[in-house]
Amino acid sequence: MAPEYVAALIETAPDGISFDGLHVEYDGQYTFQTPAVELTELSEAALRDVAAGSPYVTNWYFWHARAPQKDDRWAFLRWVEDAPGESTTDSIHDRYEALEDGVTTSWGQLEITVTLGSAGQREYRLSHAADDDGSELHSYDDPLQAREIARLDDDGRYRPLKTAPTLGTGWEFSDLGPAALVEAVEFFYPATITNWHREQTGTLDVSHWTETMERQSGIYQIVETWDRGEGHEHVEWVAESCCTDSQCLKRREWQYDEETELETPGGDGIFPCREPCSLVISAARKFTKLDAEPTHSYEFELTPSEKEQLEGLIDAVAEGRVDEIREADIGKDANRYRTRFLRARRFDEDGRLCGVPTEEE
Amino acid sequence: MPDALVIAAHGSHLNPGSAAPAFDHADRIRETGAFDEVRETFWKEEPAFREVLRTVDADEVYVVPLFISEGYFTEEIIPRELRLDGWSADSWDSDGTSATTATLTATDTGQRVRYCGPVGTHDAMSEVIVQRAKSVTGDPDVGEGFGLAVVGHGTKRNENSAKAIEYHADRIRTMDRFDEVQALFMDEDPEIDDVTDFFDVSDIVVVPLFIADGYHTQEDIPEDMGLTDDYRTGYEVPERVDGHDIWYAGAVGTEPLLADVVLERTAEAGADVQAAIEQIRNRTTPGTGD
Repeated sequence: MAPEYVAALIETAPDGISFDGLHVEYDGQYTFQTPAVELTELSEAALRDVAAGSPYVTNWYFWHARAPQKDDRWAFLRWVEDAPGESTTDSIHDRYEALEDGVTTSWGQLEITVTLGSAGQREYRLSHAADDDGSELHSYDDPLQAREIARLDDDGRYRPLKTAPTLGTGWEFSDLGPAALVEAVEFFYPATITNWHREQTGTLDVSHWTETMERQSGIYQIVETWDRGEGHEHVEWVAESCCTDSQCLKRREWQYDEETELETPGGDGIFPCREPCSLVISAARKFTKLDAEPTHSYEFELTPSEKEQLEGLIDAVAEGRVDEIREADIGKDANRYRTRFLRARRFDEDGRLCGVPTEEE
Repeated sequence: MPDALVIAAHGSHLNPGSAAPAFDHADRIRETGAFDEVRETFWKEEPAFREVLRTVDADEVYVVPLFISEGYFTEEIIPRELRLDGWSADSWDSDGTSATTATLTATDTGQRVRYCGPVGTHDAMSEVIVQRAKSVTGDPDVGEGFGLAVVGHGTKRNENSAKAIEYHADRIRTMDRFDEVQALFMDEDPEIDDVTDFFDVSDIVVVPLFIADGYHTQEDIPEDMGLTDDYRTGYEVPERVDGHDIWYAGAVGTEPLLADVVLERTAEAGADVQAAIEQIRNRTTPGTGD
């Protein structure tokens, strides 16, 4: 019995086929053309013979009968296979040769390797990009399990932001089909494929800071009041706090407004961020209240080392470095013993720095 | 025509278990094969309401809010974020507990959205509350000799919040299954703190009408009712309080039968899901299936 891709080719030929170097037509007889051959006036039997085993035909069949047909999912799988920097005009023989070895690309912290299965089928391996050292991995096969992997980081802490660079390691999906790969990637990084594709096709709808905050209601309405037509420094602070590559792998495309770009770098991520997310809006609600407080002059007596230690402490917390500081590394500002020493020396029994009250007494 | 189901839930920035009911019910419905695609979406997690429609490949999308009451989230937030053209609070023509469905176009994607009322105000939710009482007592015939407290958040800002709780308490009362049925609240009278004052029977099943277990259902309510002084030390089921046995059930939203209510909502909106409803009922109602 003829392979199903041959039957599909015969069935589709009257509509004309032109895809990745394969051209097939039918006008009573068949024409079959690839970069290597041009055959005309073929009978159906002759077309079956030439199509069987042709990588051009199996490739056409994969992309039209096996791969998901939704534009963005299809484009993503094409991109995965062509890999950045490789030309899509390579002959199918070259592409198949590359796929025999496996073509690997990354998507955030994910690593995707596509290899060639039988009859042009593609097989996908999905893993954490940091797990390439041959260490033993827990194997999964159901894309739905990606939700559980994405939920906690390697320290067991909840990840409220899926695109934070804290994806846990130690797992792999070793053999996914094309639809399952897309589904798994979408569970790890929701909506990134569709927004990436919109950007690729020039249709990404960016909702900038001002319009996003104007849309807010309920307890988040307050954020809009932070914009007072006095510049956008506050939004720079937000972007620097929450949206840089060290905090989120999306590339921030939203700005203050249509005319006003933020100076804070949007990052180098492959997939775009099209509007302030719920975490940013939640944080901005708190920041709005903090920024509304008037400043007040306080007088503290600190040694130069103590002043610098406070600065170093804040920096260590902001950069998430606290856990890296060794137990006995007293030289580090955020070392626990050193910090406890500062507290013992400079805080009063009510936890006030240098005994200075926050409000006037 | 391929169609998709989107389950819209609150989610959380802080509680890792908040999304679990949405995932679990979605998986139960996936298993039935009733929809070509099922996708979860969240107010506080991803995919956001704002972006979920573009992630599903269907021209026709059923959206079911996994929320308890009709109000701010179901009438303002979700329609706004999904960009449902022409939506207004009147679209459901609801008295606060009678929402059904409205068909609108999403301006973002052009998809036709069957926007359904929340699970919490569907009549079938009464059955889920009863099922929850069966689950927590381990008794499929639970009722006689038992009181049932249906507990809601309650908030003076949204009168519908209390309406949904009272609606189901009234419906269950008319079933004549439990000796006594009472609606109680965290933030308004009658308050959950005085739960034992409202019942004469010694055994009381307490079912909080919340979607996910979290701060309210795991910390506040057990402490308010006097099940424990400190939620971290836990409590028994049942726990003895003021001469009563309190069978505390935890969030009703975690009851597997809630997947049935999601499907009932889509059926109301025109989805052909009767076979799936049967499957879910058989699987999630002990004694009648696997």
